Amino acid sequence: MNEAGSILETEKEIVEEFALFDSWDDKYEYIIDMGKKLDPLDPVFKTDENKVRGCQSSVWLAADFQNGKLYYKADSDALIVKGLISMLIRVLSGRTPVEILEAKLDFIREIGMTTHLAQTRSNGLLSMVKQMKNYALAYKIKDPLASKN
Amino acid sequence: MNAALTIPRTLDITAIRQEFPILNREVKGRPLIYLDNAATTQKPQQVIDALVSYYSNYNANIHRGIHTLAEEATASFEQTRDIVQAFIGAPSREEIIFTKGTTESINLVAYCWGRNNISSGDEIIISNMEHHSNFVPWQLLCQEKNAVLKIIPIDDNGELVMEEYEKMLTTRTKLVSIVHVSNALGTVNPVRKIISLAHAVGAVVVVDGAQSAVHLDIDVQEMDCDFFAFSAHKIYGPTGVGVLYGKKALLEAMPPFQSGGEMIKDVSIEKTSFNDLPYKFEAGTPNIADVIAFRSAIRFVLECGKEKIRRHEEELLDYAHQELEKIPGLKIIGKAKEKVSVVSFIIEGAHPQDIGILLDNRGIAVRTGHHCAQPLMDRFCIPGTARVSLAVYNTKYEIDELVKGLHKVVKILSK
Ligand SMILES: Cc1ncc(COP(=O)(O)O)c(C=O)c1O
Repeated sequence: MNEAGSILETEKEIVEEFALFDSWDDKYEYIIDMGKKLDPLDPVFKTDENKVRGCQSSVWLAADFQNGKLYYKADSDALIVKGLISMLIRVLSGRTPVEILEAKLDFIREIGMTTHLAQTRSNGLLSMVKQMKNYALAYKIKDPLASKN
Repeated sequence: MNAALTIPRTLDITAIRQEFPILNREVKGRPLIYLDNAATTQKPQQVIDALVSYYSNYNANIHRGIHTLAEEATASFEQTRDIVQAFIGAPSREEIIFTKGTTESINLVAYCWGRNNISSGDEIIISNMEHHSNFVPWQLLCQEKNAVLKIIPIDDNGELVMEEYEKMLTTRTKLVSIVHVSNALGTVNPVRKIISLAHAVGAVVVVDGAQSAVHLDIDVQEMDCDFFAFSAHKIYGPTGVGVLYGKKALLEAMPPFQSGGEMIKDVSIEKTSFNDLPYKFEAGTPNIADVIAFRSAIRFVLECGKEKIRRHEEELLDYAHQELEKIPGLKIIGKAKEKVSVVSFIIEGAHPQDIGILLDNRGIAVRTGHHCAQPLMDRFCIPGTARVSLAVYNTKYEIDELVKGLHKVVKILSK
């Protein structure tokens, strides 16, 4: 899935894309667009177990482990959150658990979405990141090969 | 009582706005439009000044000290009690207990009255529109005591179905706890009728006044409630202060809530005797500064005049209803005939959270979500709403900006 560059390179790409917009409305429209392009999540994954806690909207996150790499799938009933997840997936999906655990994800701050990190209780971006890293941690522990990466 | 309390003043909203320093700030590069007043109101300068003045001039622990500062602080703290007593028409100052908020006030009743008066098979009645603060304590009490929790249903307009309530009342009904004004819908409940029906079967009634104390004239004697709970921070006052009013006979019969300093009369190794009302329920050092500043908040409300504030808010509420309904796909949740200050709505195809984020982007603060009333959201089969709630400093211009913002939001979300 991620034949593109490294985590940092993908983050840089996103930051550059956002630099094209002056207004917040445009930035949000772009986020929403990205969310709409997210691969649909099969309803079988929309279980309580896959629900990310701490979000005002419903967010489901599932992960698949193949050849030492994690692939995320997700959905939300709110458009902005869905867009934010799609960015996280773009950055983190197709990486090894170690890469995911080490990712600092500074791009979130750089594109001005810090408020979504602070308001954990209602937006849950932080909970999403945590959940993605939890998956990585779980697979790192399960798969000794992955931790040697 | 303080003479300044009775001086009438015409409502000059522009001047009133100037008393609230926070209204000068910008959010996301635009002037703040604060429409989340049911969550907490902003504070006028005189409340902020009272806090600063207390800490700058007479900070001391109250009730026990004999030095000047302690005397001044005690006098000021106790003066708030007198003013609260007058504000809600309580017969005596001993019936005014300071807590940290509505939540604690209700929990105090559940703990001290409930545990001693509810037994297996007894019934407690609440409604489908309660805030979790007036829901969970009773649910827990019923679980603990094996008592029955009954829920008054509401209709599509967001009004209580009173016939159902009447049918629920039995000789086993020990307590009715009801919200006066719904924080999620704005519905004003007919508390007088609810109370007299409950009293007819010998039940005790708690009124959750968190939302009503700021908008309606409260006279606990006329209402005849047994307990009345509210929070200072929703009446332009500081956070961390609440009030529990209770009828003296009930309070006297109740055991203390917490124990420690302040609430005792005598402590010996064998036995502790408790202090008189209201101190029996105010263990430990209270929130002195915020209680003192709460007095300034009440003074602010009384100086404006509740009636005048209400008329202003009513006008805005009608205008908001009328303008919001013009937005395609928007549906107002809660259309009770008696309603104050709150408009809850959903927009077809738009998640409330998206609405909230995009409005915040334009400096407009609204609440989104379930408003701590999940059973109510379930009743309407929605995950949540966007909620606009008004205060004295809001203006028609702000409603216009909200409506403009929502049009833009709908455009963005429906692309
Ligand atoms: C109707 C109602 N009851 C109770 C509460 C709880 O008040 P507090 O959080 O101040 O304890 C609120 C606050 O939102 C409310 O609106």
